[in-house]
Amino acid sequence: MEASVPDIQLIAILPEIILAFLACALFAADSFVPKAHKRQLGYYAIGALVLSGLSTIPLWGREISTFSGMVSLDYYALFFKLVFLTISTIIILISSRYIEIERINLGEYYGLILFATVGMMFMPMATDLLSFYLSLELMSMSFYVLVAFMRKDPKSVEAGIKYFLAGVFASGVILYGIAFLYGASGTTNLNAIATFIATQEIGKSPSLMMSFVLLVTGFGFKIAAVPFHMWAPDVYEGSPTPITAFLSAGSKAAAFSVMLRVLINGFGLTSGSWWPILWIVAVLTMTLGNLVAMVQTSMKRLLAYSSIAHAGYILMGLIAATQLGFAAILIYLVGYAFMTLGAFTLVILLCRTNHRGDQISDFRGLARIHPFVAGTFILFALSLIGIPPTAGFVGKLFLFNAAIQGGFYWLSIIGVLNSAISLYYYFKVVKVMYMEEPPDDLRLSFSPGMKIAVGVTAFITLFLGLYPEPLIKAALTSVKIFL
Amino acid sequence: METNVYGFPLLSLIAYLPLLGAIAILFMKNVEKKVIMQSAFGVSIVTMLFSFLLILGFDSTKSDMQFMETREWIPSIGVNYVVGIDGISLLLIILTTTISAIAIVSSFTAIQDRIKEYYVTILLLETGMLGVFISLDFFLFYIFWEVMLVPMYFMIGIWGGGRRLYSAIKFFLYTLFGSLFMLLGILAVYFLNADPAIGTGQYTFSILALQKMNLPMHPYQYWLFLAFFLGFAIKVPMFPFHTWLPDAHTDAPTAGSVILAGVMLKMGTYGFVRFCLPMFPAASHYFVPLMAGLALVGIVYGALVALAQRDVKRLVAYSSVSHLGFVMLGIFALNTHGITGSILQMVNHGISTGALFLIVGMIYERRHTRLIADFGGLSTRMPIFAAFFAVSMFSSMGLPGLNGFVGEFLILVGAFEYNKIYAGIAVIGVILGAAYMLWLFQRMMFGPLDNPENQKLKDMNRREIAYMAPLVVLMFWIGLFPKPFIRVLEPAVAKIVQRLSVGKLALEQGSIPSVEEVKSESERTKLAARLDGDTKLEE
Repeated sequence: MEASVPDIQLIAILPEIILAFLACALFAADSFVPKAHKRQLGYYAIGALVLSGLSTIPLWGREISTFSGMVSLDYYALFFKLVFLTISTIIILISSRYIEIERINLGEYYGLILFATVGMMFMPMATDLLSFYLSLELMSMSFYVLVAFMRKDPKSVEAGIKYFLAGVFASGVILYGIAFLYGASGTTNLNAIATFIATQEIGKSPSLMMSFVLLVTGFGFKIAAVPFHMWAPDVYEGSPTPITAFLSAGSKAAAFSVMLRVLINGFGLTSGSWWPILWIVAVLTMTLGNLVAMVQTSMKRLLAYSSIAHAGYILMGLIAATQLGFAAILIYLVGYAFMTLGAFTLVILLCRTNHRGDQISDFRGLARIHPFVAGTFILFALSLIGIPPTAGFVGKLFLFNAAIQGGFYWLSIIGVLNSAISLYYYFKVVKVMYMEEPPDDLRLSFSPGMKIAVGVTAFITLFLGLYPEPLIKAALTSVKIFL
Repeated sequence: METNVYGFPLLSLIAYLPLLGAIAILFMKNVEKKVIMQSAFGVSIVTMLFSFLLILGFDSTKSDMQFMETREWIPSIGVNYVVGIDGISLLLIILTTTISAIAIVSSFTAIQDRIKEYYVTILLLETGMLGVFISLDFFLFYIFWEVMLVPMYFMIGIWGGGRRLYSAIKFFLYTLFGSLFMLLGILAVYFLNADPAIGTGQYTFSILALQKMNLPMHPYQYWLFLAFFLGFAIKVPMFPFHTWLPDAHTDAPTAGSVILAGVMLKMGTYGFVRFCLPMFPAASHYFVPLMAGLALVGIVYGALVALAQRDVKRLVAYSSVSHLGFVMLGIFALNTHGITGSILQMVNHGISTGALFLIVGMIYERRHTRLIADFGGLSTRMPIFAAFFAVSMFSSMGLPGLNGFVGEFLILVGAFEYNKIYAGIAVIGVILGAAYMLWLFQRMMFGPLDNPENQKLKDMNRREIAYMAPLVVLMFWIGLFPKPFIRVLEPAVAKIVQRLSVGKLALEQGSIPSVEEVKSESERTKLAARLDGDTKLEE
């Protein structure tokens, strides 16, 4: 072990420093903002996110590894940072009206979202098991509180406890895996671990095997892959809807971002040795998610199961384990973030005082009342199914591309069958919207933030479907670190 | 760049004009019903007129694609915006623009609910269909192919009758299921082409480039043919994938049925001609018994079931199954006569079945029933209607002098050249076709006019005559003077037949190596590794 003072380049974590600092300031300012004006904290939070985003500009093109190799800044990290900042901004846009309706408009809400974002932003940077674990916990801790934020609603409290227990258990499993890995290799640095593992045969080392299985299990919890998905539907249903969206888009992307780092950078495994275990997980995840989604009546549960299914599709990229496969994961995560945020935004639109509006039947006749909103839902549904010209199609195209390139024909066939199944339940909602008559009291809770969120998510979903070139280029560049 | 006599991107203009019209209508007020209808009609007519410009500028001596437009789109995966047409697509484009315009006129009184959405839907559908016929890049093709499903789903689901919700989702699920397999097929072809040992070593979705590949028969041509087969056969639909068709047709509004029968079913047969035959020539020969077998079953089965129908629209729907069987039989006769006849028959079927659905729509609008038993003796009340019905029926039966005969005759000649038994069985279908059509006509139009409801019926009005007339003119034109239509097709068909003969030769001599000869399993892994490091993707 070296004892010298490590060379620390704070610039590498400048966006995180700014965001964390502003989040702390938000907590302090909260006491001075009267209850009726809490919405201003939302604007403040958006300002903080934008500022943090702007501070990434001087970092473009730089590759910095600092804090004794704990974190490293590269295109990959920057790619995800911007994705997380965008997601969080949209989450705050769709939150302000919702938390007023649900009477949970407390300043902490925004502060916790910012802290969760800081945690997420550290995750793709983590090149050490410790920094990986710490950033994961920072994100998860913030989420434990956010999920249970509607503390007078038993469902939210139940969701909070479930998520906490499942999350802590997963963290424990991950920590156990880390311990095994450290025990075998004597280091927590992923690069050093990679060098060590290159000399070993994983199949012959029980502790390496254990660490691999435990880590995959822990990640399985975080991305809600079958059979570690049980918590997801209840938590998704009980949480405040914007937080559900945040879990589905943000937390999942963050978990994938660090999963790639640990499994590819650390274990340095290629598709030859490890795909059978992931193959089974992927197939189970997409099939179960889609089949169970078909019978849901709650929109939030439907989207929860669809979110599980999407994790299964994304695993195809990991199984292929090629540049194309990794890039496909990034492309899909970005597309998925926007389409799922859009879908959740519509659920929030239906929420008004004393009416949760998260059942599929609440969407009845929406096309008559507000054709534009109904139209955007068609777009999101097409994207979630993977029908062009949408971001979801480009993402699926890349995933199937990667699977076929790697020779995983059966996996891709199961994947397309699942896509066809998913049409059924997404269009169940479309059917309710277009082919049934609206109830008399159907109104939408619009706010300026909601309008921006619907417009932006719909536009990007369509734009990425028609012109994905910039995203593809960015993704292909970002994943070069794994080659 | 554009290579056509007009010097501007005519094909793109034709394809996106309906889309622009749809967007414009989206911003109109729902109460301005007349304005909406007139704009929709205007857009479709202008589109049709522009498509006639294609005929004037088309050089029917060349076999190459014409009116090509090429633009860079997504270079990192080799996607370009490429459109262009040959004689086959030309005919189908004209058919599409004409049928769409007619479908719009025919809806003026039939559709009273959600008028704005309806015309937006129908125009979007037109863009989707035109896009399929002009795309020369698989990525672009797939976008149009899928986009088209959405408006059709809404058309059946919102404006349909009967079990419209069930039929709509059934239609969507069936076709999506097939097209996803086609997508996998497309991706596989894409990667095979990128393998320098098999293809050009380039990552490209260009249809023209991928058509030139000489794939090994086993397993590539074999399995890829089947993947594309699923996509197209469901769309055609071939027996046994036809079950969505009667439901969709029966429950769709008249214009929906017209477009479905007139154009959308042709996508499947077009797909076989455009993709399966040139890309997998050896597999096409190999699978002839299967394909011709299914086609013949479809012909006879469709006709027999049509005989048993009590609902006029369902009868016409099953007659489509039978007619599309003929088209498939012609294609898989794999010779000039068969393929030419098939393409001509695609157009004929669009005209005559489209006309029949319009006829059914007229009577349904007046009586709100489609049961054959509710009618009888209509010819005395509605002589003009009876005349149009008779011509459409004869055209559908294949009476000499009308269009159906020319197509069926060529197909039968082609089938006879390939295998006399195929032609023999197909003739049974012709006879049955005459039987169910004549019997239908007899039950509806002749006999006593004893139902009091029917005694109040009004004959066709001027608008109805106006939109039926062009179809009847076409029926006679193709029937009496088919030469211009066939001449347009000749170069394109000759090219396909030539490509097929190469495939046949290869299949017989076994000069297309099987995959065992090409590479062993370990080599495949090496190949995958090499593909990973390919410079094209690393850029």
